[in-house]
Amino acid sequence: MVSAAPAARRRMIATIALVGLITLLALGSLGTGPVKLSPLTVLDALFGGGSDVQQTIVREIRLPRAVLALAIGAILGLSGAALQGLLRNPLASPSLFGAPQAAAFGAVLMISLGWADVRSWALPVAGITMAFLSVFVLLGIAGRNASLLLLILAGLAISSLAGAATALVMNLSPNPFAALEIAFWLLGSLEDRSFRHVTLALPFIVAGAIILMSQRSAFRALSLGEETAQSLGVNVSRLRLLVILGVALGVGGAVAVTGTIGFIGLVAPHLMRPIIGHDPARLLIPSALTGSALLLTADIAVRIIPSTTDIKVGVLTSIIGVPFFLYLIMRERRALGGGVA
Amino acid sequence: MNDQALLTASNLSVTLSGREVLHDVSLSLHRQHLVALVGPNGAGKTTLLRALAGLQPSTGAIHVAGDTLASLPLRERAKRFGYLPQGHVVHWPLDVKDVVALGRYPHGATDPARLTSADKAAVERAMRATDIVAFSNRRVTELSGGERSRVALARVLAVEAPIVLADEPTASLDPRYQIDVMTNLRDVADSGVLVIVVTHDLGLAARFADTVLVMSDGRLAAQGAPQQALSGDIVADVFRISTYRAEHRDETIILPWAGV
Repeated sequence: MVSAAPAARRRMIATIALVGLITLLALGSLGTGPVKLSPLTVLDALFGGGSDVQQTIVREIRLPRAVLALAIGAILGLSGAALQGLLRNPLASPSLFGAPQAAAFGAVLMISLGWADVRSWALPVAGITMAFLSVFVLLGIAGRNASLLLLILAGLAISSLAGAATALVMNLSPNPFAALEIAFWLLGSLEDRSFRHVTLALPFIVAGAIILMSQRSAFRALSLGEETAQSLGVNVSRLRLLVILGVALGVGGAVAVTGTIGFIGLVAPHLMRPIIGHDPARLLIPSALTGSALLLTADIAVRIIPSTTDIKVGVLTSIIGVPFFLYLIMRERRALGGGVA
Repeated sequence: MNDQALLTASNLSVTLSGREVLHDVSLSLHRQHLVALVGPNGAGKTTLLRALAGLQPSTGAIHVAGDTLASLPLRERAKRFGYLPQGHVVHWPLDVKDVVALGRYPHGATDPARLTSADKAAVERAMRATDIVAFSNRRVTELSGGERSRVALARVLAVEAPIVLADEPTASLDPRYQIDVMTNLRDVADSGVLVIVVTHDLGLAARFADTVLVMSDGRLAAQGAPQQALSGDIVADVFRISTYRAEHRDETIILPWAGV
């Protein structure tokens, strides 16, 4: 019992440091763009000081973007940690299970059928529904004690199917410009988002986060396997449904306003394990904070990296996330059955 | 039905994908008893254990200390059964003491960092009983198989439930650990708990158990004191083996000898 105190202190320090980092990144995000603003100017403008132009830039153009990056990064990190806890599997994450791809299909279908423009409630609802379906089907196929390999193969199949369905919708789109617009939207971006987008996504993200957080101690009991967790009083089938629902609400809501932003849910918990430890319940909040920090950073990076056209943030997270995924596969080689690691 | 019985089952049946794996099992078990559940592979031992703990839906009635199992909420059931599954994996490299503390989960202690003094005391008792205090701060993944099985047992004991169900707790352990685990369970039973142990080791069953349940093809083929339930005829009939029997220091030795 002696070592409990230093471990708790380390977790506390890590959490405080993350909150500090996010604050700095948020200020950085508000200051970055065609007009560069110093953190002090940003703070001033944020609270009603500075010139009218500065106020407009910070509060109306950049604030929604920063808020979305913060909230969406958090829910992606949280969803990844929750799925990894539920499946006791360090390679679980929404994007590997095809949830964002399925949500994107739902949103694209709405747009191309003309049932919704890109600012309507129909988008998150369709996104959430499809994300729920995809994770539900995945866990159904995988069964109770799914191996790593089975989960990843099933996830690959589902995300491919969602991708194919999205391609079909674009293929059948009567208007080539609309298809192009959808294609760009799919890449995932936080650019030019307004408070209308924030109100569209935030309620779902918050609801998803509350559901996932409410189940946190059950993830701890699940460390001992489903049967033992059940014998300790955890209703495992109910827990599964709640986690699927929480992830679907969060990811569906996020995708509906930003397109697909992948791999944050996979990476965030991994960055935190060396510091926080492996307790799946304690990993939830640090993973959410790390997700926020990652997405804020990526979203600042796409504005700084010099290029002829804008790099979309979803492209950047995938370019960094997929090699990380490969690295994890290499590390988990033994569990995946590929010889001695 | 004896009103002293702690755990009774009447006409318990379980059907899994069309096959009846448990057929009309009735039993009545008492506190302070160590019950060995033996039988060939596929006889339904694990299914019976899971059904008794309410982890496996079944037809028939189960009563725990007078209460119908089906009427008890999940949390309440969890307080009455300490369940040690076969293989007992830990999926993350958690600290030993945190794993043991999960035994207090049914009592509301869902966070190992915030245990009440009663929970802490229970965890320490369990760790002392299984002699794992020395590595309470190590990670379970760093331990040997034998040490890990004692951690798993400590987690079950920390529940401090009136009934302990252990599914092959001695499997894949060296002889010394097998004896240690059975001695632990014997002590637990002597302290007033009903302990049911699934085992393939007829010798351990005969030595340590008060009662032996012999299962065959989903039915209870025999039950009673080790001498009767593991008689030469029954063992020959159920396991299709002959046995070597002897006495050593007033204890019965049964050794599987040859196929019949």
